[in-house]
Amino acid sequence: MSCHTATHWNRRTVIQAAGASWLTSLASGLTNAQETARDTKHPPKNVIVLWMQGGPSQRDTFDPASAVSQEFSGGVQSIKTAAKGIEIASTLPMVAEQFEQLSVIRSVVSREGDHARGVYNIKTGFRPDPTLVHPSLGAVVCHQLPSESDIPRHISILASNRPGRGGYLGDAFDAFQIGDPLRPVPDVRSRVNQTRQDARSRDLFDVVELEFAAGRFKNLDDSKTLHQLSIKRAMRMMSSEQLRAFSVEDASRTDLDRYGNTSFGRSCLVATQLVQAGVRCVEVTLGGWDTHINNTEAQRDRIRILDPAMAAMMADLKASGLLANTIVIWAGEFGRTPQLNGASGRDHWPHGFSVVMGGGGIRGGQVVGETNKTPDIRAENKTRDVVNPVTIADIHATVLKALSIDYQQELQTPIGRPMAISKGTPIAQLVG
Amino acid sequence: MTERLKSSMTFRTQAFLLALACVIGIGSLMGGVFNSQRLKTKVSRIDAGPQQSAEFRSVVAEVDQQFQTRWEKKQLRHAKPASTLTVMRRASLALHGTIPSVEEIRAFVDQQQFEATDDEILDRYVNYLLQDRRYSDYLSERFARVFVGVDNGPFLIYRRGRFRLWLSDQLMENRPYDQLVHSLISSQGVWTSDPEVNFVTATITGRNNGRPDVMKLAGRTSRAFLGMRIDCLQCHDDRLGTIALNPEHPSEGSLQSDFHQFAAFYSQVKTGLYGVEDDHEHYAYKYLDEESEVIVPPVVPFYQELVDSRGARRGQLAQWVTHPNNRAFARTAVNRIWAMVFGRPLVAPVDDIPLAGPFPPGMERLTDEFVKHDFNIQHLIRVITRLQVFRLESKAEFEINSEHESAWAVFPLVRLRPEQVAGALNQTASLKTINADMSYLVRLQQQNELDQFVKRYGDTGEDEFEDRAGTVTQRLLLMNGNLLQSRITNGNGSNASSRIAMITEDDQDAIESVYLAVLTRLPNQRELSHFLLKFRNESDNQRGRLIEDLFWTLTNSTEFSWSH
Repeated sequence: MSCHTATHWNRRTVIQAAGASWLTSLASGLTNAQETARDTKHPPKNVIVLWMQGGPSQRDTFDPASAVSQEFSGGVQSIKTAAKGIEIASTLPMVAEQFEQLSVIRSVVSREGDHARGVYNIKTGFRPDPTLVHPSLGAVVCHQLPSESDIPRHISILASNRPGRGGYLGDAFDAFQIGDPLRPVPDVRSRVNQTRQDARSRDLFDVVELEFAAGRFKNLDDSKTLHQLSIKRAMRMMSSEQLRAFSVEDASRTDLDRYGNTSFGRSCLVATQLVQAGVRCVEVTLGGWDTHINNTEAQRDRIRILDPAMAAMMADLKASGLLANTIVIWAGEFGRTPQLNGASGRDHWPHGFSVVMGGGGIRGGQVVGETNKTPDIRAENKTRDVVNPVTIADIHATVLKALSIDYQQELQTPIGRPMAISKGTPIAQLVG
Repeated sequence: MTERLKSSMTFRTQAFLLALACVIGIGSLMGGVFNSQRLKTKVSRIDAGPQQSAEFRSVVAEVDQQFQTRWEKKQLRHAKPASTLTVMRRASLALHGTIPSVEEIRAFVDQQQFEATDDEILDRYVNYLLQDRRYSDYLSERFARVFVGVDNGPFLIYRRGRFRLWLSDQLMENRPYDQLVHSLISSQGVWTSDPEVNFVTATITGRNNGRPDVMKLAGRTSRAFLGMRIDCLQCHDDRLGTIALNPEHPSEGSLQSDFHQFAAFYSQVKTGLYGVEDDHEHYAYKYLDEESEVIVPPVVPFYQELVDSRGARRGQLAQWVTHPNNRAFARTAVNRIWAMVFGRPLVAPVDDIPLAGPFPPGMERLTDEFVKHDFNIQHLIRVITRLQVFRLESKAEFEINSEHESAWAVFPLVRLRPEQVAGALNQTASLKTINADMSYLVRLQQQNELDQFVKRYGDTGEDEFEDRAGTVTQRLLLMNGNLLQSRITNGNGSNASSRIAMITEDDQDAIESVYLAVLTRLPNQRELSHFLLKFRNESDNQRGRLIEDLFWTLTNSTEFSWSH
């Protein structure tokens, strides 16, 4: 992102721009931020979700079946990782080196084999419910671990659709969406110069807003609309130095190359900067995993992008010390059939697939559960030979527990319906 | 088709449309002299006929009285009648999803009458809105969300676009609501040529050998048409006694079997060579704590005496749901249409109405009226928009609190939906009405921009009437986004900002025109003198710039983003 100093606002000019009327609330926000920063007894924790849109194949990534016939293995070989006794697909050599910090859950089961429903299920930990929208993991984390920052604390990079949502916690917890970090963050630059912008803001706050508030609810903005508050937050973001965290401008060519210098790679690099800047949850999407035809090649094409990016991110988080309070999760909406179809593809398979996680107190170098390498995919009970099955709710409970969030507590939906944050059980092998 | 392919196709389509629209845009610009004579003639032919009959008036008076009684009982003061312009804005947002154009305002109201309240003009205006295709286009999307949700659903066998177009046609013809719902529940045929069957095909998931999802259909039917959330009964009995299915004994809990017996009405529906068909399949289910599956017979959860048990099961269900004596059906429709008009339902949540009451003022009387007039949607809208509560101010001389709002003693402040913000923003930028008279390609290109806007602003999904907080993204989009920028930038010749700079006689005229275009009102004295001073202190060549700034300021106000 280019940072035009001529139109770049600093915090002082924003305060001047909108008059003294809202200075108080902004100032109190800044105090909070300082207090949070001082509180070192409970280090803040963050989440980075690497979202594999379309459903990555467990056989081509973290649960290869190299020793069995081609129709099941797809010809994928396995390699040793840095963690003793764990092998993953040989196409992920760089991620393999980071496996001391990572653990793979190979026995994830869900009941959603449709893209939209699967995405909802995995991002929120609940199956779609027509009477309610559940918040995604990032929204829950932001809600449960409040802090102040100039930029949104829940960010989704490269999401083509269905980014993390606030659900019943409110749209304020929706992920803020950005594209490839090569392009500027959308809509954060004023279209006019500062003098004009100041004049516009003064007219808005000191004239038009005052007229509308007359004769309505007391403290209209605080008690009901939150309109001016959102504008002030938006202005604060526009003028924030933290916007630099969205950009790869400061990254060296070498660093960009280590991440693979793809849009996904750049986004992973930016994710580490954002977490450093105080963002609670970053979701980075890599699409194209829906490989119903020519699975092995198509998956490999994605893995070439994934491997350097994920590995460099893990290495950098570890080197900077951020990994201690940042959980990294790798997941898609489901896995893919363990047996190739007639078109050498693999179809949707929620009955035993892999999720990888590490950092932030999650024990690394572990394998949870096991799948049959040559199952009968037409069996009535498709999960019958999944060892130690783990539900999506269990995965959420595991992450929330690692973040010291009381995952069993009930939150109130807007209509007063009590909802547990998670109904799962944490995986003892990973947290505890 | 993979998701990637889909998105790249959309991109190509967009690029193509953009190019086409540019070519056409230049053409329309050259001939674009502001002339509202055509609209004035059209408007002069619209009367307030339907609202003038004695019968209509007496229904309105009765409902008004019910609200009055409630206020007196609670010792609540109520707001004064709102100005004609204020109510026009509300009605347009509710029925067209956008604000009135300057052209429309001028065709209906003389400038001297802007601050006055004129019920007859408003009746005529509502009738104008109801006969414009924008009414059915906008409300069809609102209804589609209730009937089939927002997802694109199963590819090939589900055509949401066709379904929506069909719904729009039904609303434009003002097809009775009971007939419309009857055909959703019971129709057979192919998703393309019989679009109503998409109600059924939307639930196909690829499991159950391609048969529609019986439970989803049952849940949808109970929520959308009966105002009941009985989905929880799918898995277990109602242990809390919160789902009352017996109108005579509302405290009686309900059973898991109530749901599945209801769902059994959809057991025969399947897709075959000729699209959606019915066979003779039974419905089997293994209840909680039971050893094995049992055949579940189709039984409705209440008003069993209304069932005619002849013919295919879906037909029986459709007949029972839409039966004039099935109060839950008519009541649910009234609650939803009320919510569409006010932005807030009479009973919340909109799809959870207790079968045995208690009901708020208006509910039962409007339900009677809806049934008596053969489920005439437009008639119901005319009645609701004629009520005193629809025409009150949203502000008052006394201090307003939430009690006033919940008793409808003031018009409720409701955050606009994303499509309404997009629609309003689009209309703001044009003095002329953006309707079917405009070039199709220009509208299509605009629709594309608006869709992008709505996507970024944050679509509300199916969850329509929950109070939702605004977001920083929304504010950034309104402050700095492309849509606003392209609509207000002076000097491109065709937008309202440029035209106001060109055609207005003096500063006051310009300021008033911007207020009218954006906020559907004139500035008050304080606002006017503030902006006049600004304009006078700048040289003439800065006038266009000041108009742009005023557009920005007004579109970024609370007033613009809320219905009030």
